[in-house]
Amino acid sequence: MVAEGRRELSADEKYEERFKAWMSPANVQFASAEAEKAYKERVQLIKDAVELKKPRRIPVCPNIGFFPANYAGITAQEAMYDYQKLGMAWKKYHEDFQPDCLASCLLATPGRVFDILDYRLYRWPGHGTPPNTPYQCVEGEYMLEDEYDALIRDPSAYWMRCYLPRVFGALEGWKNLAPLTDLVEMAFAGAFMVPIGMPEVQRSFEALLEAGRAAVEWIQAAGAIDAEVMGTYGVPSLIGGFSKAPFDTLGDTLRGTKGIMLDVYRRPGKLLKAMEKLVPIMVEMGVRTATMAGHPMVFIPLHKGADGFLSRNDFAKFYWPTLKEVLLGLTAEGLVPLVFVEGSYNQRLDFLADPDLPQGRIVWMFDQTDMVKVKEVLGGGACFAGNVPVALLKAGTPSEVHAYVRDLIEKVGQDGGFILTTGGVVDEAEPDNFRAMIEAGKEYGA
Amino acid sequence: MAGTIETLVEAIVGMREKEALENAQALLDAGVDPLQLIEASRRAVEEIGERFEKGEYFLPELMLAGEMVKRISEMVKDRITSESPEKRLGKVVIGTVKGDIHDIGKNIVSFLLDANGFEVVDLGVDVPAERFVEAVRELEPQVVGMSCLLTLAYEPMKETVRALEEAGLRERVKIMIGGAATDDRIRAYTGADAWGKDAAAAVSLARGWVGG
Ligand code: B12
Repeated sequence: MVAEGRRELSADEKYEERFKAWMSPANVQFASAEAEKAYKERVQLIKDAVELKKPRRIPVCPNIGFFPANYAGITAQEAMYDYQKLGMAWKKYHEDFQPDCLASCLLATPGRVFDILDYRLYRWPGHGTPPNTPYQCVEGEYMLEDEYDALIRDPSAYWMRCYLPRVFGALEGWKNLAPLTDLVEMAFAGAFMVPIGMPEVQRSFEALLEAGRAAVEWIQAAGAIDAEVMGTYGVPSLIGGFSKAPFDTLGDTLRGTKGIMLDVYRRPGKLLKAMEKLVPIMVEMGVRTATMAGHPMVFIPLHKGADGFLSRNDFAKFYWPTLKEVLLGLTAEGLVPLVFVEGSYNQRLDFLADPDLPQGRIVWMFDQTDMVKVKEVLGGGACFAGNVPVALLKAGTPSEVHAYVRDLIEKVGQDGGFILTTGGVVDEAEPDNFRAMIEAGKEYGA
Repeated sequence: MAGTIETLVEAIVGMREKEALENAQALLDAGVDPLQLIEASRRAVEEIGERFEKGEYFLPELMLAGEMVKRISEMVKDRITSESPEKRLGKVVIGTVKGDIHDIGKNIVSFLLDANGFEVVDLGVDVPAERFVEAVRELEPQVVGMSCLLTLAYEPMKETVRALEEAGLRERVKIMIGGAATDDRIRAYTGADAWGKDAAAAVSLARGWVGG
């Protein structure tokens, strides 16, 4: 009643509120006044870039995966299981390289949680890959071709009763469960509970409880590491919440690459309908996760709409419309989508410059797209970030990295609205090359 | 519907799945030599590969072509009495290197190489250097293809090239690499002969070397 009567904040007002929260993070205790000042300055650098202003200097925010583990000499397995070592490695990374943004150690993910749940969608060190190999997705058709109707009818029930029992070994019993929407009358509720008494369902809930405890242990340890890093080095996280493009939600870990590509021909109508159904779900995921993090940015990695994946026609028909709806849903809530444009978008950059999208409210992070073209097409309308190649960081020399960064900043970083980042997620890099990137970024970005 | 071999090729290339399969079945029922159907599939996929190379076709088309060809070969399987004395351009041994378990990219590369007349021996995923060495020694391919998705594959690729050198086999083969997060710099780093941006590049590289 209260909420309905009250005037809703406008998108811009919400946006300012969210940045205010990000400026003064509730969970971070600053080690010193300088650290706090550095933190606030860095948030301002990013805010200016988002708003297409010329920040005092270009923020240098590499996109980090398991690099801190490799750099500190711990294995991927240790990073996933031993929170002491995890903290040592991730702190060392920030201490030695002084980037402008947090490399969150949450990305290493809690191995024990997935051991307990028997997560079949991935393999990880000690669970299908060797100790020093980061986790990897097992490509597959986890949603079958004839299950679109079930998903469209009730996505949550579909996830609970079909998808989750397939991807989590420990939740196999959930295929016996009834949809939660059965629970509307006392006379129905008894029947609903019966499957929950089955031994395999009981076991699944026991596993779930145990996984929950392991997750809390992890977030207490890993969350404290991130908070300490932010408070000590004055680095904000670039990422608040997360979401996905509906085509990727289906294509990555439900239908799989082959499945979704065949669906484009074999069942286009159902595919479109399912994606429409996912739009509000993807918006809600972004809003909720960012709000919980007290942060304005929502990370969205783009996968299967890139050059080489879909034709421009199919991109326009299948990929872009629902992605655009998600972006609009998020910006309406005052959020800033941080869209990681993986692969290359040279043939479809014009879509991203859609005039319906609000100016100065989105960050596009590029991987292999031609950055000069990016500036031509997006410059002045949206902030963009890019793109020191991971191959260069691994196999190049410091002077080559230096030259790449200088050239990039000269060509596209002069007018503001630019963040320096890596093209891909960094797992491996020569430390000297990595250092050269940060130094050159700070030198030429000033 | 009485189609011909030509309409079959057109239907496959045109991505008309239902028509292609009906056409193939009708031809078979009419007593057409099953080997002609196989040959039609091959021609169609070669054309599809060319369109992929030109940027007219993308993953949906490659995946659907793969499905159509698979169904047609299942259809004719029981009716083929003798193996066709198919002439192959050359032999390619391919695999995703050690530590990496991704195969979508590699499978597309294999599919197009096969359609373009190469005999492809696919070693699968997570293939250690020794398996590549063994395969080169036993099968004597002209070309080795290494695929990956993740940067963790850089070192294993380099090791594989070195292992081939140590086994004295390096001079006998051309090595190409590819996959997300690779580029020509990584080619130089690993010591391979060439890097291919996509599956069409893999075909032209192999053709260039084998002289097909
Ligand atoms: C889709 C995708 C995913 C999906 C994969 C599952 C699925 N069902 O698709 C999901 C969402 C699960 C995912 C997860 C992750 N991903 Co991912 N993902 C991608 C993405 C967008 C596309 C990969 C793909 O499917 N390609 C399709 C095939 C057809 O393309 P391809 O393999 O490149 O093959 C083509 C060519 O390269 C070439 N080719 C391939 N092999 C060969 C061989 C030879 C000899 C030749 C000549 C040519 C050739 O021909 C093929 C066809 O033309 C890439 C970025 C990109 N655009 O490439 C990132 C990418 C691979 N992912 C990456 C990362 C970091 C991850 C995660 C670690 C993220 C995380 N923190 O969770 C996880 C786990 C790792 C994993 N992938 O297992 C990074 C890897 C970088 C690194 N450090 O190694 C990439 C490169 C993104 C980036 N720029 O940072 N990912």
